[in-house]
Amino acid sequence: MDQTQGKIKEFLSRFFKNHDLQPQEDIFALGFVNSLLAMQLVAFVEKEFGIRVEDEDLDLDNFRSIEAISNLVARKSGAAAPAATA
Amino acid sequence: MKLELTPEQRSARAEYRAFAQAEIAPFADRWDREEALPPEIIRKLAGRGWLGSIVPAEHGGPGLDMITYGLLTEEIGRACSSTRSLLTVHDMACQGILRWGSRAQCEHWLPKLVRGEVLGAFALSEPTAGSDAKGVQTSAEKDGDGWVVNGRKKWITFAQIADLFLVFLQCEGKPTAFLIERTTPGLRVEPIKGLLGTRASMLAEMFFDGCKVPAENMVGRPGFGVSHVVAAALEQGRYSVACGSVGIAQACLDACLAYSREREQFGKPIFDHQLVRAMLSDMIVQVRSARLMCLRAGYLRQMNDPGAFMETMAAKYLASTVAAKAATDAVQIHGANGCTDDFPVSRYFRDAKVMEIIEGSTQIQQMTIARFDFQEL
Repeated sequence: MDQTQGKIKEFLSRFFKNHDLQPQEDIFALGFVNSLLAMQLVAFVEKEFGIRVEDEDLDLDNFRSIEAISNLVARKSGAAAPAATA
Repeated sequence: MKLELTPEQRSARAEYRAFAQAEIAPFADRWDREEALPPEIIRKLAGRGWLGSIVPAEHGGPGLDMITYGLLTEEIGRACSSTRSLLTVHDMACQGILRWGSRAQCEHWLPKLVRGEVLGAFALSEPTAGSDAKGVQTSAEKDGDGWVVNGRKKWITFAQIADLFLVFLQCEGKPTAFLIERTTPGLRVEPIKGLLGTRASMLAEMFFDGCKVPAENMVGRPGFGVSHVVAAALEQGRYSVACGSVGIAQACLDACLAYSREREQFGKPIFDHQLVRAMLSDMIVQVRSARLMCLRAGYLRQMNDPGAFMETMAAKYLASTVAAKAATDAVQIHGANGCTDDFPVSRYFRDAKVMEIIEGSTQIQQMTIARFDFQEL
């Protein structure tokens, strides 16, 4: 898990207590995602990584897992996407 | 830590206060009785750049920082909650477009909204859906390249005169936001009269009967209408209502301080009666605490901090309940005079009650705030 993924995991862990969230784990399937998390997640990635989430980024697959969010951050910040983590 | 407005913010507040006390407050009771805002005050607000004032310069707006925006809504709300409501819903529409609209939507609508050529409004509530935003039944069905909208909206602030509505509906079963123009064939708007408070905010019921809406009018993506577009617009609205509620509470305090010095009972001003003074002290402390919460929420919003969402909700919860308590005590201090429309405290009392219901009821906020702090443990 790289630094970006580590920061995302730290943020998401507040919502998934007592669960060791894995990079490819589907956070929607875990059933804890609500509008409260959704808005905070957007603000978190924007502030933490200095990107702007735009209307065309509103795709559940961009927010489905730590890895997916990390890939979105990498794309938006113009960096190469990190390698998939097993 | 520095809890102090900048010189620019102090100067802006002085301008807002001077305008509101000269151009709005003297007429607010009349507008309340007439259940309408006159077009000239809307023109004046637009002329000052106070409609869509959150819109940044790249889209033609002044791009007020969140603290300064809060000062604007507090000062306007201190004079007239209905006028503040105009700013609130117009800015909610702006925020929805600004945050999740396409580049084309931003370029087309935001400059017009800033200039006041187009008045915006926020259409979420329905006869059977209020707090449960996902329960809206208004729907959009695919029709060629566009969509056909059917359904009904209720309690839509300034719908009597708004030109552009940010509408939330079910788009093939997914919560979705659309921009719908007033001139759309099949859209009918019926005024709602006889409201308890914010009576000049020109509420209406809206009927969508086969309204054809172009595909490019969708804001965001299907399924993200409530979680993102409504959330962004409502957060803006909550902040505006929170600061406006501080304005109501401050107006109550102003009125009570003046009245309690003039009004004499038992041979002395009622200010010198201990129980009256206790109510005034409580009011002062509560107004200040609510204002501090608003400033913190504004600061976090300006920083785009993830905690801004909850802090704004907490500020709105506190400020609206403070306004309601201040208004109740203001009527009490004014006695029989407070129960007439000869004194503005009766309007504050009615308006303050509405603040506890709109942009998330007190009870919804109590449920959510506790859940948030639980997650932080």
